[in-house]
Amino acid sequence: MTELTETPTEVITPRLELIGITRRFPGVLANNNVNLKVMPGEIHALLGENGAGKSTLVRFIYGVQKADSGKVFWQGRECTIPSPRIARQMGIGMVFQHFSLFDAMTVEENIALGVEPELAKDNLADKIQRVSAQYGLLLDPGRYVHTLSVGERQRIEIVRCLLQKPKLLIMDEPTSVLTPQEVEDLFKTLRRLSGEGCSILYISHKLQEIKELCHTATIMRMGEVVDDCIPSEETARSMAEMMMGKNLLSPVRANRHEIGAPQLSVHGLSVKSPHHHGTDLKDINFEVRSGEILGIAGIAGNGQRELMEVLSGEVPVGNADAVVMNKKSVGQFGPKQRRKAGMGYVPEERLGHGAVADMSLWENAFLSAATGKNLLNKGFILIDRSTEFAVSVVNGFRVKTPGVKHAASSLSGGNLQKFIIGRELLQDPNIIVVLQPTWGVDAGSAAAIRQALLDRAADGAAVLVISQDLEELFEVSDRIAVISGGRLSESQPTESLTVDDVGLMMAGLSHRGADPEPAPGTGEVEGPRVN
Amino acid sequence: MIPEWLVPTILTIITAATPLVFAAVGEAVAEKSGVLNLGVEGMMVIGAFAAFAVGVSSGSAILAILAGAAAGLLMALIFGVLTLYLMSNQVATGLALTIFGLGLSALLGYGFVGKTFGGLPKLDIPGISEIPVIGPIFFGQDFLVYLSVAAVIGVNWFLFKTRSGMLVRAVGENHEAAHSIGYSVTLIRLGAVLFGGAMAGLGGAYLSIVYTPLWVENMTAGRGWIALALVVFASWRPWRAFFGAYLFGGITIIQLHAQGLGIDIASQFLSMLPYLATIVVLVLISRDTTKVQLSAPACLGKNFHASG
Repeated sequence: MTELTETPTEVITPRLELIGITRRFPGVLANNNVNLKVMPGEIHALLGENGAGKSTLVRFIYGVQKADSGKVFWQGRECTIPSPRIARQMGIGMVFQHFSLFDAMTVEENIALGVEPELAKDNLADKIQRVSAQYGLLLDPGRYVHTLSVGERQRIEIVRCLLQKPKLLIMDEPTSVLTPQEVEDLFKTLRRLSGEGCSILYISHKLQEIKELCHTATIMRMGEVVDDCIPSEETARSMAEMMMGKNLLSPVRANRHEIGAPQLSVHGLSVKSPHHHGTDLKDINFEVRSGEILGIAGIAGNGQRELMEVLSGEVPVGNADAVVMNKKSVGQFGPKQRRKAGMGYVPEERLGHGAVADMSLWENAFLSAATGKNLLNKGFILIDRSTEFAVSVVNGFRVKTPGVKHAASSLSGGNLQKFIIGRELLQDPNIIVVLQPTWGVDAGSAAAIRQALLDRAADGAAVLVISQDLEELFEVSDRIAVISGGRLSESQPTESLTVDDVGLMMAGLSHRGADPEPAPGTGEVEGPRVN
Repeated sequence: MIPEWLVPTILTIITAATPLVFAAVGEAVAEKSGVLNLGVEGMMVIGAFAAFAVGVSSGSAILAILAGAAAGLLMALIFGVLTLYLMSNQVATGLALTIFGLGLSALLGYGFVGKTFGGLPKLDIPGISEIPVIGPIFFGQDFLVYLSVAAVIGVNWFLFKTRSGMLVRAVGENHEAAHSIGYSVTLIRLGAVLFGGAMAGLGGAYLSIVYTPLWVENMTAGRGWIALALVVFASWRPWRAFFGAYLFGGITIIQLHAQGLGIDIASQFLSMLPYLATIVVLVLISRDTTKVQLSAPACLGKNFHASG
């Protein structure tokens, strides 16, 4: 046991100090003897791969979870944080990765639920508007959460914290769903808070952002603190390697391979969204050739989900010629027929859409590959062959799992995503459509997933990647198009674009790429929200 | 001018609808908190039996009503402990609760078959209760009818105007989020389930001491199920549940009268009418799937296990 005797040599007492925090879950040591010190006004990054124990640690700090052992010092005084309510009273606020919001309620109700009753009592709407104006976080208290974009939802969480004048703000993966512009705005707010003396504990996989924003970083691996660093003095690569404990292999593009004939063509596709507050697709045209990766960038909620549904066949289109796969009109084909015709797809939601949570990995493999891999015999499942196929996915894509008989829900997000991508790719599709391939996936797994997509394209498949992670699109795509308000821009070769160009196009502020209805350019002023 | 059958018909419709109002409003609160309790029928029938037994033994209507509510609450407590603390499946537990309630009430009620109870006194305001039509309908009811209307108003106000009501909706909408913000999902749900039980018990009590003031085995005759359906059909809104109950009660009574008038339609078809009408309205209301999805508590029927 490492014993630190308190000697008041430092002038400034840390805002928060954790000593020897240990938390065990059945089968895993989520936190092992974790020490952490956060100074007043400091933006402190917490780094680590999926499953490194960061979320467990911050949930403990916010009083949601308990630790088996360890000590907490808040502004120099030892204390316990038995519940989020106590945490809030102490001055700790938290913005969750999966927002703790209630879709069927208004912004005001959501905020009222997350603050002390006294604060919620009178004129909460006014207070919300005051704080949101003060920090440039525009919010309409009367709107229902389900009508808001992800960025706006995050603002609710932040305003909810700011209303209570926090001394420590915990942010769990705040930028994974934001556009570059929204990230810039968020950073402005965070820097301002830090300048006002609020400490920020910041979890993210985006190392470039951490370099830009954070003063110090603590690196965790397998539940333990393994290193500390000053992010501005490191490179994204060196931090990734500290997290993984080994060298990071960046995806490499195979040397110029043949770009062949169009495999997937979409012509004049217009579809009314089947969703409440969805985005209708308007006159979408594009082509993906064999050996090529087309990237579609866009802020979530601009028609990506609808496009994915139309491409996978979940929502058939009336006009069969609108979607053509290798000279075959498939507009009216369902998902199964499209798979047969050689399409593989990976939806955004891993659990519930990409995989059945409570079914084992081999069953999940079977569900998608039953015909492609001949896993059926007269209506009976060939269990041995299905298992074999699942094992080949697990081995081929280095999925960390105790075995293919385990439920899909037991895998971490990154591992499950590798499994789903592997399951699709190993069926040798000519066309592969992927929505948000590395959402919330750690650097190592993300690199592996991107490499797999590149390899598949090099082998002659046509690959379509729909994502709002621009770094990712620039890493893998040959051409990039932008979807905004249900319209798709003309695609441009990746070399001719910069991240900023695409970022502006995503926000609907620029119309590079021949948008049929150019939005009036508003220069630096923030344009109307697309959602 | 006013047909002589109108007032009696409306009065019987009110009596037929009131037990449904109680049960449906109670269940709406439980379901808003995310708990699907399919044991309404069981809680109602136990409430009916307890109210009748206490009423007959003590002669006191007040004690009878309290006993009905308490019995429903106890049944709900069993359900709550099983599903919220021991994590049993809500659907299976609810079905078991119904079967248990029907069986237990039949067993205990054996000795009470054939007895009658005096019923409840009706409101009588000299001068006002005698006004034609309006008097007997609005000012001549027993106090449980008024209580049922008050319950609808109260629950509506509670759910949509108070912070506690907001909490109930919040745990039903997203229990993970409510837990991470720091609310006790289990306690809030237990409270909602107990309220639902007490209301179902009241509905049962109304059946056995007012509607048909005697005890018959299985006397709820599926009203608990209708109440459950009404909650969905009302998209979990108390006022809509209230109107649904009156619609169902109304058609039940009107078709009875139609049978009495000897209309040339087989009585079996007429007896189907209330159910058919309820189904038709249900389907019509749920046409807009997105709207239904939004008003439906997103965590309905899902058990919550706090990992902490």
